[in-house]
Amino acid sequence: MRRGATWFNATSVAIGFAFLYLPILLLVIYSFNESKLVTVWGGFSFRWYGELLRDQAMLDAAWVTLRVAFLSATIATVLGTLGALALVRFGRFLGRTLFSGMIYAPLVMPDVITGLSLLLLFVSLDLDRGFWTLILAHVTLTMCFVAVVVQSRLVTFDRSLEEAALDLGATPAKTFFVITLPLIMPGVVAGWMLAFTLSLDDLVIASFTTGPGATTLPMKIFSQVKFGVTPEVNAISTILILVVATGVIVASLVTKRREVERQKAERLALQG
Amino acid sequence: MAGMAIGPIRRSFAPWNDPESKPFIEFRNVTRSFGDFTAVDDLSLKIYEREFFALLGPSGCGKTTLMRMLAGFDAPTRGDVLLDGQNLAGIPPYKRPTNMMFQSYALFPHMTVWDNIAFGLKQDGMPKADIAKRVEEMLHLVKLETFAKRKPHQLSGGQRQRVALARSIAKKPKVLLLDEPLGALDKKLREETQFELTDLQVNLGMTFLIVTHDQEEAMTVADRIAVMDRGKIIQVATPAEIYEQPNSRYVADFIGDINILEGRIAAGADGVARLECVAAGATVETRQSIDGRPGDQAWFAIRPEKVRISREPPENPGVNAVSGEVWDIGYLGDVSIYHVRLASGATIKATITNTTRLVERPISWEDKVWMTWSVDGGIVLTK
Repeated sequence: MRRGATWFNATSVAIGFAFLYLPILLLVIYSFNESKLVTVWGGFSFRWYGELLRDQAMLDAAWVTLRVAFLSATIATVLGTLGALALVRFGRFLGRTLFSGMIYAPLVMPDVITGLSLLLLFVSLDLDRGFWTLILAHVTLTMCFVAVVVQSRLVTFDRSLEEAALDLGATPAKTFFVITLPLIMPGVVAGWMLAFTLSLDDLVIASFTTGPGATTLPMKIFSQVKFGVTPEVNAISTILILVVATGVIVASLVTKRREVERQKAERLALQG
Repeated sequence: MAGMAIGPIRRSFAPWNDPESKPFIEFRNVTRSFGDFTAVDDLSLKIYEREFFALLGPSGCGKTTLMRMLAGFDAPTRGDVLLDGQNLAGIPPYKRPTNMMFQSYALFPHMTVWDNIAFGLKQDGMPKADIAKRVEEMLHLVKLETFAKRKPHQLSGGQRQRVALARSIAKKPKVLLLDEPLGALDKKLREETQFELTDLQVNLGMTFLIVTHDQEEAMTVADRIAVMDRGKIIQVATPAEIYEQPNSRYVADFIGDINILEGRIAAGADGVARLECVAAGATVETRQSIDGRPGDQAWFAIRPEKVRISREPPENPGVNAVSGEVWDIGYLGDVSIYHVRLASGATIKATITNTTRLVERPISWEDKVWMTWSVDGGIVLTK
């Protein structure tokens, strides 16, 4: 049977891609617009990228966002991995159901509620809202995503590998760092990247939990939009898209190449 | 593997018969329960130094739990496990002088063959030069010198098995534990490896404990076998004793093929067990003494290769002989298995070695035949 593209398949793919990428494409095209008006094409230019470099407030916001994303993703990865280990490894401990329910709750919790409750917490603890409360909030938001990703990796983990390491004389701590961690690393890295991305584009929780001096990029963009969109917003968005897309493409290329090498090695082994 | 005559060593090796010899591994009234389930039930067992000991039983009989208690991955609910006179209670796996070869091999996928074998030695803080020397030695032993730089997924199943073996003996443990070590190999490779394991054990002078559900594997490699069922040991003996003198129907049935006929004990001469098998329509006699009174229920067990089959009636058809009709013949090349149906409806199997190249068998389907056996051929079992 021929499994080529029928007109139906081709149309659905075209519509699907248009739906997903047309808005983004428009945004990218208009970032090179000479005109000050976003919706009117005035010729090709890098003008707004230049404007961007001179906009200190925008650059500050980008820097805050990156630092928050990096730190909160790292903390969330450590905590989320520990949580996943507890859930997968300790069998049926007292309160396991409650614990696993609680670790997943933030996944479905509306951002507004998370933001509001964190705000109330920080106020009642009399914490000055700013950079660090923002990191705390993002750790709360992203930890559960890390836990879910790492847990799926741990479930398929062959326990006898750890037993073999213990049997050969490695202490439990050494076994974790030399055997378990390297083997679940793809899950941990994926969790970190997910946490990083979530923190990067969060607007709602950040608005509740940050303070003066720690404005994130999404907040900055959103507040600018209120006064009317300038093509400068398009420019910074294009840069963001470029960064994220590069990351995704590199990651998938690396995975793909590893898979190909692995298959090649397996064929080699079968041939003896 | 380095040649050393193992025949004389194995022939004279029987520390379990010497009341003076001290056990190397000892399970003392060990019980292990998981909730309501009792995996190991008040079990006691002594294993001697340099012995190749097999734990044999169906899955779920507790053999793996027993081995894991020795390795330190599990602990007895009650009772003690001793190794070389030392109680192992509270000693974690990484401090025990045992090493284990896992059923899944458990090779570290992110390390090369070399690093896998060196792993245990590094944990001991062995000097680098010594590690290199020992790893080379192990690679030579399992004939994988040219594979040192490969990762486990670049090896065939047989090669992985050899790496797992090399890794588990690299530290020269007091006891090597083998968990179904050959299960994943194909038949031919398995048979080869069985004999290599035996040689290796004698040459290294280590104590080996193997867990298996494959009776052939246990028979080939082990000095003694413990047959287990539902957390208890049913019989501990040499492979030949287990096969020829099983102590129960369970053991007789678990090891090899056997005909079992129910009967009642009849009064017989001294040193002879006499049984009336009503179902088979035969009276059987064996040269053994049994504890049982006349009239007690008992079973006659005889292996198919010990049954003679003939078209001529025997001289004494009254004892150790039954007649029937050939119901089916299983031709296996080297032997043929005859299924003979008795007048009572019971079936007895007899194995005949095919000693000629004639395609036409002297005995064929629906022939009336007599089956006989010697007084040393069968055994009467009372449980």
